[in-house]
Amino acid sequence: MIRNTWVVASKDFKSYFTSPIAYIVIAGFMVIMGWMFFFNLSHFNMQNLQYQQFNMGKAASITDGIIRPLYGNMNVIFLFLVPFITMRLFAEEKKNKTIALLFTAPLTLTEIILGKFISSYLLIAVMLALTFTYPIILMITGNPDLGPILTSNIGTLLLTGCYLSLGVFFSSLTENQIVAGALTFAAGLFFWLISWATQSAGPVWSDILMYLSLISHYNNFSQGLLSSTDVFFYLSFMFLGLFLTHRVLDSYRWR
Amino acid sequence: MIQVSHLTKYYGARSAVEDLTFEVAKGEIVGFLGPNGAGKSTTMKILSGFMPASEGNVTVAGFDVTKNPIELKRSVGYLPETPPVYGEMTVEDYVEFAAKLKQVPKTQLKKAVTYAVDRTGLGPVRKRLIGNLSKGYQQRVGLAQALVHNPPVMILDEPTVGLDPKQIIEIRELIKGLAGDHTVILSSHILPEVTATCHRIVVINRGKIAAVDTIEQLTSRLRKGLIYSMTVKTPLIQGIEALKQVSGVQSITQAGPKLVIEMRPGGAEIRDQLVEIAVAQKLGVLEFSAERVSLEEIFLQLTTEERPA
Repeated sequence: MIRNTWVVASKDFKSYFTSPIAYIVIAGFMVIMGWMFFFNLSHFNMQNLQYQQFNMGKAASITDGIIRPLYGNMNVIFLFLVPFITMRLFAEEKKNKTIALLFTAPLTLTEIILGKFISSYLLIAVMLALTFTYPIILMITGNPDLGPILTSNIGTLLLTGCYLSLGVFFSSLTENQIVAGALTFAAGLFFWLISWATQSAGPVWSDILMYLSLISHYNNFSQGLLSSTDVFFYLSFMFLGLFLTHRVLDSYRWR
Repeated sequence: MIQVSHLTKYYGARSAVEDLTFEVAKGEIVGFLGPNGAGKSTTMKILSGFMPASEGNVTVAGFDVTKNPIELKRSVGYLPETPPVYGEMTVEDYVEFAAKLKQVPKTQLKKAVTYAVDRTGLGPVRKRLIGNLSKGYQQRVGLAQALVHNPPVMILDEPTVGLDPKQIIEIRELIKGLAGDHTVILSSHILPEVTATCHRIVVINRGKIAAVDTIEQLTSRLRKGLIYSMTVKTPLIQGIEALKQVSGVQSITQAGPKLVIEMRPGGAEIRDQLVEIAVAQKLGVLEFSAERVSLEEIFLQLTTEERPA
């Protein structure tokens, strides 16, 4: 089971790097993140300086001033980038008919889907690992609270996993990569913005919408809180996405 | 090795394959012959476990396609119509990936890859990207993928399509070489293809089996009576008339110096007599031969007209 999944995952992970996808996505991500980190940092420094100059008491902490906006922005960038990472996973295999190789190999559908999902997750993990430079810079120059950094990373990883499961699902629906990518982005954005409706919805509906919103579950992580409700929500969201993919591909074989 | 009984496949309301029943013995090479859209690919997809059947039972290498799909897939090597190759991988990486997918044990991985690469003649291009190879080589890469785990059964969907004549001969030799150790089913809509490689053929038309037999049997079964052709120097009328009098001759048609002599079915051997008369009548025999019914004719007869059962 694990070996089969790993065969698929490692092949797909490698193929991100044999095509330009990984380099473009990672480079774009790092440029934007670097700019954001620089902007946050200099803004924070300026604010701190002003507070000291005019004796206005203590400025915002590193967590509130740098870490939270940094990871919050990172989540938005992942929302944009994930469609480019996942759109090819099944759509390309269907288009090129290479899916026949996977479907006639002695693998279960679950192993194939998990392998694809893990390959995209590994790429995200690489990208996230590259952003460790920012907390390290902060640790060298200042004294940031490590708790929120840790939980922000966990939260980001889980939230992005939800985007990935959406991406895998939409990629299994079509053989057109653009369609898969566009649908992934639209759906991700929808589950992000769904919490906006809570203000106008009734009490019950606002609770439901709030619960369904991907971003509302992220708030605790950004504050250094690790809540089982949020972890459970993200994991079940991913499970549902992959489960639906399984149904789609199972029925694809019948056509 | 392969048992198919009452196999039916519907695409929506349309049936692609209807009530197919046949068997393939171990070590045999069986050709699937039929026009485009006859249901060859559909049948092969079902046999390889790629696609589920609507009705009927399929057993390959002792494994039922619905009950033990994983075990079945492990003992089948399948080459689809379009070779399932990744253009961005090198030949060697791809074959190794296929071997891993097919659960070749780690210790034998290298050996299996070398075997498949050498057997399909991919040695010189092993380090090249598949996307840069010609169609013929890509086809071979597909074939290498199908035999890398040394499966007892190989299912090859139009294995020589898009190849040049030299490559076709090489692939045919390769497939012939597989017989014995492997049971092979291959499909084709090209007839010499099947005559050159297969022991037995299954003729399929519009989703139904039109005939299952050896090539010799099919030929003799469908021969409606022998046809001889005689080329003569001087086609004299009285000479032709004299030939027509020989018992067993049904008709003689003349086209210039060529006489086509159609015999009644089941007649005695009278070639000797025919030549004697022709010589006696001073026709000046240049050539005398028996015409063979080609597989093309068999094929057309089987697939175009409704044969009385």
